[in-house]
Amino acid sequence: MEAFTRLDAKAAPLPLANIDTDQIIPKQFLKTVEREGLGRGLFFEYRFDEAGNERADFVLNRPEYKGAGVLITGDNFGCGSSREHAPWALMDFGIRCVISTSFADIFYNNCFQNGLLPVVLKADEVQALMEEAKGGNHMVTVDLAEQTVVSPSGQTFRFEIDAQRKEKMLKGLDAIGETLQQGQAIDVYEMKRALAQPWLEDA
Amino acid sequence: MRCMSGKTLYDKIWDAHVVSQQDGEAILYIDLHLIHEVTTPQAFAGLRANGRKVRRPDRTLAVADHNVPTEGQELGVRAVADEEARLQLETLERNVADNGIQFFGMGDVRNGIVHVVGPEQGRTQPGMTIVCGDSHTSTHGAFGALAQGIGTSEVEHVLATQTLRQKKSKNMRVLIEGQPAPGVGAKDFALAVIGAIGTAGGTGYVIEYAGDAIRALSMEGRMTLCNLTIEAGARAGLVAPDQTTFDYIRGRPAAPKGGAWDMAVEYWKSFYTDEDAVFDREVRIDASKIAPLVTWGTSPEDVIAITDVVPDPASFSTPDKRAAAERALEYMGLQAGQPITEAKVDVVFIGSCTNSRIEDLRAAAQVVQTAFVNGKLVAPHVRAMVVPGSGLVSAQAEEEGLDAIFKAAGFEWREPGCSMCLGMNPDRLKPFERCASTSNRNFEGRQGRNGRTHLMSPAMAAAAAIAGHIADVRDFV
Ligand code: SF4
Repeated sequence: MEAFTRLDAKAAPLPLANIDTDQIIPKQFLKTVEREGLGRGLFFEYRFDEAGNERADFVLNRPEYKGAGVLITGDNFGCGSSREHAPWALMDFGIRCVISTSFADIFYNNCFQNGLLPVVLKADEVQALMEEAKGGNHMVTVDLAEQTVVSPSGQTFRFEIDAQRKEKMLKGLDAIGETLQQGQAIDVYEMKRALAQPWLEDA
Repeated sequence: MRCMSGKTLYDKIWDAHVVSQQDGEAILYIDLHLIHEVTTPQAFAGLRANGRKVRRPDRTLAVADHNVPTEGQELGVRAVADEEARLQLETLERNVADNGIQFFGMGDVRNGIVHVVGPEQGRTQPGMTIVCGDSHTSTHGAFGALAQGIGTSEVEHVLATQTLRQKKSKNMRVLIEGQPAPGVGAKDFALAVIGAIGTAGGTGYVIEYAGDAIRALSMEGRMTLCNLTIEAGARAGLVAPDQTTFDYIRGRPAAPKGGAWDMAVEYWKSFYTDEDAVFDREVRIDASKIAPLVTWGTSPEDVIAITDVVPDPASFSTPDKRAAAERALEYMGLQAGQPITEAKVDVVFIGSCTNSRIEDLRAAAQVVQTAFVNGKLVAPHVRAMVVPGSGLVSAQAEEEGLDAIFKAAGFEWREPGCSMCLGMNPDRLKPFERCASTSNRNFEGRQGRNGRTHLMSPAMAAAAAIAGHIADVRDFV
């Protein structure tokens, strides 16, 4: 997993609530067997019209937001399907951090597996950032170690994050490698289970 | 000191699966891992890249469901026309063969939608932890199993370690009590719950459904209810196992046999919520007050009774919600104040892991048959299709003659799979087509670009097919 420490980047405002993972990456892009290259499908139906032309008014198509690394968005971002293609597509497109008031559980979890930082701020703070990002300057700084987002005008917002998740994200740790170190505990658990629920062993 | 209150069903399943724990993050043992073609190729690639093996192929079960065409399945994967879909299906075949995982491929009568197949095979059992790279894994909670959707990185983690790293969620109980009106069932219960708490209302919770209306539900009904729990934002849904559960499991291929059966039932009976257990949140719903429900918008929480009119965006409480409602009405091509029964449908889809089991097909067929006897067929402008959840559901329905009823009335009778639930295979809505659907998501573009989805029960979808517009099933029975 890619580590996340500090990010200085343009922030794009996308003030819609309940953006589901079908919107983030539509199903026609799920037929891949790769993780890479999904950026081309990100927000496909927002970015392109029926004829396949870019919609000039969509935020990520506007020249001033080209290369944005942060997305500021409405409540309950990432609801719906569990597809990890959603964080993969965001990352592939260059987004490393999404700021919202709330995220759907599975999406939130998937972000941490990939070094995409989901930041939860209060509604008025998200609103303030959103307004600033709509203006002429949209550079923000996200600092994971400090747990802060600094707005274009220099306002600092602090966010909460689970300590273990923060640690893993800062270091870019591999969860599977870590769990495998507990192989013995898993062996013991399995032996006990085989005795208590033998019917699960001959399936 | 923490006072010693009782444990919830969720607490008990959780405790029984903790391998180790640190700062609140547990390594949770996983009893059953279900996999399918769409969310696993990158996980197997990850294992290979790191020289890792599947720890418990015997606790893993694979199906091909999301991409499969719903005709010509006996020709197998090689006959799938869509090249990308074929590559994904072939990749799954290779991965399961390389790792010795049980697999029901295309054309195998046991194949079907992953959440239909697990229970049908008796693989899904009470007290288990179950995961799958699919959000509707919550379905299996109907058996009193902790069943959760996970992402592909977690799929890889479970393949390699047979465990999941997780923090515990909070407990919510939804009590549904009272006698529902005729024509009202599990799908309406589920939509009522989502309508009541919202699509983010369950975020951070595991929901246990309880109350006499739940106890009275069949396993199929409980599965429909738990399936839709994810649309309320919760991590999982649960129903405590009882005699209905045990009767359903008995005799299925993977059910415990002989002396092990009694031992298993004894174990399963220990999974219930203690009387003095405390829930973090409790919601009560009166089943007798629920009317047949349909969605009008593009979120599963956009629910109204069939007798209602399309809501006015101005009636919503916040600017965000008003904007969302306006956008939804435009997308759906509906007017505020219009009776929902005026909405003409182009397509009717009876299928998906929410409502494609035998009981769902029976409920729909009953409406169709009653109409047929009164000389009514599927309305001429409607394309109506039934997609059974598995080959075995299909075979059972054919044995009962349900396929004949559907076909005589003008429905297409198709082969099993996810089909038009998400339109990854050729079954898709055309732009601006309106669909009465028994599936679970009415998101923009879900069933096809610019397609318009109205979620409802199988009986209601059957009524819409006959009427040619969204209709009240109570006028048909
Ligand atoms: S039927 Fe629909 S919701 Fe269910 S697993 Fe298939 S695609 Fe997902």
